[in-house]
Amino acid sequence: MADAEKIIEIEVLRYRPEQDKEPVLQTYKVPFTDDMSVLQGLQYIKDYLDGTVSFRWSCRMAICGSCGMMIEGKPKLSCKTFLREYYPQGLRVEALAHLPIERDLVVDAADFVAKLERIKPYIIPKEARTLEQGEYLQTPQQRDMYEQFSSCINCMLCYAACPQYGLNPKFTGPGVLALLHRYNADSRDGGQDERMKLGYADEGFWGCTAVGYCSEVCPKGVDPANAINQNKMNSAINYFTRFVTPGRADK
Amino acid sequence: MKRSNEPIFWSLFGAGGMLAALIGPALVFITGIAVPLGLIYAPDTMSYNNMLAFAQNWAGKLVMFGVVALFLWHAAHRIAILLHDFGVHAVAAVKLFSYGGAFLGTVIAGYALLAVGF
Ligand code: SF4
Ligand code: FES
Repeated sequence: MADAEKIIEIEVLRYRPEQDKEPVLQTYKVPFTDDMSVLQGLQYIKDYLDGTVSFRWSCRMAICGSCGMMIEGKPKLSCKTFLREYYPQGLRVEALAHLPIERDLVVDAADFVAKLERIKPYIIPKEARTLEQGEYLQTPQQRDMYEQFSSCINCMLCYAACPQYGLNPKFTGPGVLALLHRYNADSRDGGQDERMKLGYADEGFWGCTAVGYCSEVCPKGVDPANAINQNKMNSAINYFTRFVTPGRADK
Repeated sequence: MKRSNEPIFWSLFGAGGMLAALIGPALVFITGIAVPLGLIYAPDTMSYNNMLAFAQNWAGKLVMFGVVALFLWHAAHRIAILLHDFGVHAVAAVKLFSYGGAFLGTVIAGYALLAVGF
């Protein structure tokens, strides 16, 4: 091993519903090397120090979206964040803000998943095509319209970052609204009217006050604030033109 | 889900913000600094008679009404969402105070511009 072994203190927010009335902090001393992620630190704790610590992970490479947590108060993917950044002062890890804690660092994603399902996160073809007709074609320009928004990995970091979601969980929230836009902006898709009904509501685009922290914390370079802002404009135009545009009246 | 009426306020907010960004700093400079200090412009640029003539001209009325009303609606929306961000959720009271104030200011501006005649 090239690096000499160092020890870092990791403070973990624990919540075991059967024994804790409310979440409590527990500190572990973890030997680490410069190439170790925060997730690997937690895995060390689980394997060698305390098998009862619970957290979610799968891919270890910022693609499954399951290892999000608050690291020193900021929403981050624990597999994409390195322990060395917090040495020697140590770090605190907590469950994602604004979401109900199920156990330790594991949050309940039910609300997010329900909202995601509601916006129909899949392409609803504009025109039916048979196999013989071949694939739906798209130009690079058309792809550019939605490409960045399709990088979302459903990690919910932006929900932990969004003060509006924290104040009112009815707000659809940054990630799901960005995905709504991802499908609406796809030239092959014909589901805009259905999805926009959700966007036009107070709980849709209008729940956003343009704070922009969602876009800052997104580990995949998605810009939910931008998606929402574009759609505020679209929604406002629709609001005022719905009575004069055929087929648009009060949707 | 119910359609939101927010586009009305957001559009006024957006229009006011755009106008403020385009001419706000220039207006502050001309009316607040240059003219009072006698820089660039003739000393009587903002004399009572000049301003009255400006307010009596229909184009002048339009400009003044636009600046006063849209700036107010922009500020009202800003204040409303800022209070919300700071945790003041007395929605009815906040709206009355912010949008009510902008509405009142708009009515007064309209009335005053008509009252000075043509
Ligand atoms: S938009 Fe970014 S931060 Fe939000 S859920 Fe998707 S990947 Fe995560
Ligand atoms: S473990 Fe999959 S994103 Fe971190």
